[in-house]
Amino acid sequence: MTTTHEMATEESPESGVQLARLKHTRASRWMHWLNFPLLTIMIWSGMRIYWADLQDPFAVGVGDVDFEFWPSWINETLGLKSRLARGMAFHFTFGWLFAINGLAYVTYTLVSGEWRQLVPERASFKDSAQVFLHDIGIGRKNPLPPQARYNGAQRLTYSLIIVLGALAVLSGLAIYKPTQLSLLTRLFGGYEWARGIHFSVTIAFIVFFVIHLLQVARAGWGNFMSMITGYQLDPAASNEKKGGSPDA
Amino acid sequence: MPESNEERAARYAALDEKSPTMSVDAYRSRSRRSVLTGAAGAVAGLLGWRWLQARPDADNIPDVLRLGHEANERLWRGLFREGQLAPTFDRSASSMLRVNGRRGGIENEIDLAAWSMTVLDNSGAELGIHDMDSIRTLPKQEITVEHKCVEGWSHIVTWGGVRFSDFVEANYPQMAAAPTEFVSLITPDKGYYVGLEWDAMMHPQTLLCYELQGEPLEQLHGAPLRLVTPLKYGIKQIKRIGSIAFANDQPADYWAERGYDWYAAL
Repeated sequence: MTTTHEMATEESPESGVQLARLKHTRASRWMHWLNFPLLTIMIWSGMRIYWADLQDPFAVGVGDVDFEFWPSWINETLGLKSRLARGMAFHFTFGWLFAINGLAYVTYTLVSGEWRQLVPERASFKDSAQVFLHDIGIGRKNPLPPQARYNGAQRLTYSLIIVLGALAVLSGLAIYKPTQLSLLTRLFGGYEWARGIHFSVTIAFIVFFVIHLLQVARAGWGNFMSMITGYQLDPAASNEKKGGSPDA
Repeated sequence: MPESNEERAARYAALDEKSPTMSVDAYRSRSRRSVLTGAAGAVAGLLGWRWLQARPDADNIPDVLRLGHEANERLWRGLFREGQLAPTFDRSASSMLRVNGRRGGIENEIDLAAWSMTVLDNSGAELGIHDMDSIRTLPKQEITVEHKCVEGWSHIVTWGGVRFSDFVEANYPQMAAAPTEFVSLITPDKGYYVGLEWDAMMHPQTLLCYELQGEPLEQLHGAPLRLVTPLKYGIKQIKRIGSIAFANDQPADYWAERGYDWYAAL
């Protein structure tokens, strides 16, 4: 979810003075891009662990149908061997980097005040419904609700993904050390529940990733580049310079 | 009074105003620099990944990841608290365990009546030999715990046997008084071998086990005597113990040599 509807007009030749405004601070950009390979490694190594038990894979029964989180046709098609030992070695080393990066992001966001742009507000829930309908092509004529850097749907999604990250780390610790951290494991409803939550969070990451890519593609080049440069050309500011109403 | 859309828009505009701005020219030159930095970062990441893949193996995993396992071991050993018990369950929650792992030490059936277990000191000198009768003189313990495999599955089982700590205190009080760092356990044919640290071995839930679900162990579950401890994955819970050695050097470990974490603690 990365559409920033008002900023679609990157170039407006008639406006004369255009400004670029900081959208993503250097710290957020580094942590965002570090997170991408780290999470990829975690999911890849995690699947190697998951596939170690093909005799009795972890599955959730829905009615009469067993839902396998990573059915073995995936590794068979990709020609991957399960290689459990390597999976564990990568997972338990890179897991710390993933956790540290996530913790650094949360700390930074709280201390820097960036959270004001990020956390959902009361209106975000209603906003996100409107944004969602707009994005799937319903009610295009209705004005979108006001937003700062992120719209309501983005505030909700980007905050939820942080919560999911914390859940991934905590449920991971619960199944990594179910004896030493038995209180944490109990909090997740026991070892098998903690595994189920850990795998579900991973599915949620993958779903997020797919939607995120689609939305980034929709939002356009200027928006994408802002995650690299930090800045995005700001039509609203240039309108103000002209003395016009912002983004009429 | 709820905030009106106009008030909200004004508040958001003020929030966005806090973000610094720059001229378009500055933005353009910044973009070039950022793209170069980003490309350099991506290349560095790829090179780092290839470097990691090319590292020499330490017991079947890249040596850097072996260091990762060892760093984790130091962390969790540092956090280990002696009195802490693994969760136990009601016996009614337990059921028969599947046989997993038939190779390494238990391929062939043995004559259980002829079995005996040798105990050695750190220098390899024999301290004693035990048959099952000598094990059974110690107080029997029953624990119902969640048995966990590195493959991911878990199963609640009831084990019966004697505490390793009782065994040591009854037979080798000199060892209990002057602990070694490790204990090494090996099958009679030396086909499977594990090493555990002293604290895990002396834990009250660590058993020399001869019963599963109230029945004598089957051969494929490790008859006549195996190790059981909810502090470790199943790979450490050696079936069919042939000898036990007190050791000060980290003992060889069958699965650690094949790429797994030596510590393998839960």
